[in-house]
Amino acid sequence: MPEFTARLVPGRDIIMKQVFTKEEYAEHVKRASPNSKIFINIIKAFIVGGLICDIGQFIINMLKARGLDSEVVSNITSIIMIFLGALLTALNIYNVIGKFAGAGSIVPITGFANSVVSPAIEFKTEGYVMGLGAKMFVIAGPVIVFGVCSAMIAGVIHYFITYVP
Amino acid sequence: MAEKHIGKQTVALKNPPTIKATASIVGPKEGRGELKQCFDLIIPDELWGESSWEKAESKLVREAFAKLLQNAKLSNDKIDFILAGDLLNQCIAASYGLRETNVPFLGLYGACSTMAESMSIGSMLIDGGFADNVVCLTSSHFCSAERQFRFPLELGSQRTPTAQWTVTGSGAVALASQGTGPYIRNITVGKINDLGITDINNMGAAMAPAAADTILTHFADTGLVPEYYDLIVTGDLGKIGKKLCLDILRMNGLNIEANYNDCGVMIFNLNEQDTHAGGSGCGCSAAVFAGHIYKEMMKGNLKRVLFIATGALMSPVSLQQKESIPGIAHAVSIHRSLD
Repeated sequence: MPEFTARLVPGRDIIMKQVFTKEEYAEHVKRASPNSKIFINIIKAFIVGGLICDIGQFIINMLKARGLDSEVVSNITSIIMIFLGALLTALNIYNVIGKFAGAGSIVPITGFANSVVSPAIEFKTEGYVMGLGAKMFVIAGPVIVFGVCSAMIAGVIHYFITYVP
Repeated sequence: MAEKHIGKQTVALKNPPTIKATASIVGPKEGRGELKQCFDLIIPDELWGESSWEKAESKLVREAFAKLLQNAKLSNDKIDFILAGDLLNQCIAASYGLRETNVPFLGLYGACSTMAESMSIGSMLIDGGFADNVVCLTSSHFCSAERQFRFPLELGSQRTPTAQWTVTGSGAVALASQGTGPYIRNITVGKINDLGITDINNMGAAMAPAAADTILTHFADTGLVPEYYDLIVTGDLGKIGKKLCLDILRMNGLNIEANYNDCGVMIFNLNEQDTHAGGSGCGCSAAVFAGHIYKEMMKGNLKRVLFIATGALMSPVSLQQKESIPGIAHAVSIHRSLD
């Protein structure tokens, strides 16, 4: 067995120097990492988000033309948009839209449907109760919790403004 | 002092084990990447006939092990130990994938560094005279990793430019006490390095200091120069981590750019396959080593390779508790011959 022949360079002394502090490294990483293309992303989000709202408005106009009153119309429109968001999620289309549009497809109500349906699909493998049922709100849950909380706070403020002279 | 220990962190093997055979199985996306020619099997779809992603990953492990035995012309009862691991909680891909093998099993977790970790320990077991045949195996699966570490697949979200794509694949290596090479001659076991990166979408940055540390220590311990190797290859730093690793090395006075590459950069066509910074996962370095690097060594195109698998040692819980991401890297020095 020949000995491992090290090609030793005389006087060579490599020691890992602490070349970065954490702050310097964070700064260096920031410089080395490409940023998201914010401008183009905003435009894409605007166009797709706008289109989703156009579809919603189109449904509202159609329902109004059929003589429904405005409160019923807004409820039915929400139901239809949520259904479409859920359907496109199940058909594996909404994630493709989301990849292109970013916030444009997250912010509308269809995005909320997507955030509920996608974990429901993903965690079905752990059963209907502990999988689908328990994990369904893993993303949307906090939105609901803090949505309800802020609605309560707004309600209390509204009460004091309206009913307390 | 232990006679086979050199320098601070390096082991010099007196009876270098041979890599007898390798096996690699990858997913369809990897099967369209830059290295598509070199894998043993490309699966048709991510589920591969199973009912869940985890079961599909276990099947990757099972089939990679079967393929390895076939390539090495060995039967189960000839294997002394299996050293295997993956990214799933409690390493279920490895343990479920290998539960029918009837071979002594040691489960390992080194995140994406597991391939080098298993090859290191396997080599030491053989060199120490504790085993004749050891199988080292790791796997990862894009879909099972996504749902464990990030979001459901159907969620319409965007990835950042620094994000990496977990490789669906498994790589296996059979080490033997007797054989004609390639030989594992040196092992540098890495230290945990943490420079405070908290962004899970920039794992290359979290792991680069660990990779650089291990590379520097390897050269300091062995007294070798980078030109000694035909290829110095890190596991899954990706495009950004690769650059950062080179930066840190350069600041330490070591330039390895000429013969340095990264498995995460090699496996995909980064521009066309939309994998952002590149591949990651245990399966990335394992499949690239088993599929590509080993075969190039056997063809004689690469004579000496320093293989450094890199891992990010966080969990979803530690991230939610605002902990930073510690990195680790282990180096395995592989030689086509003992000259």
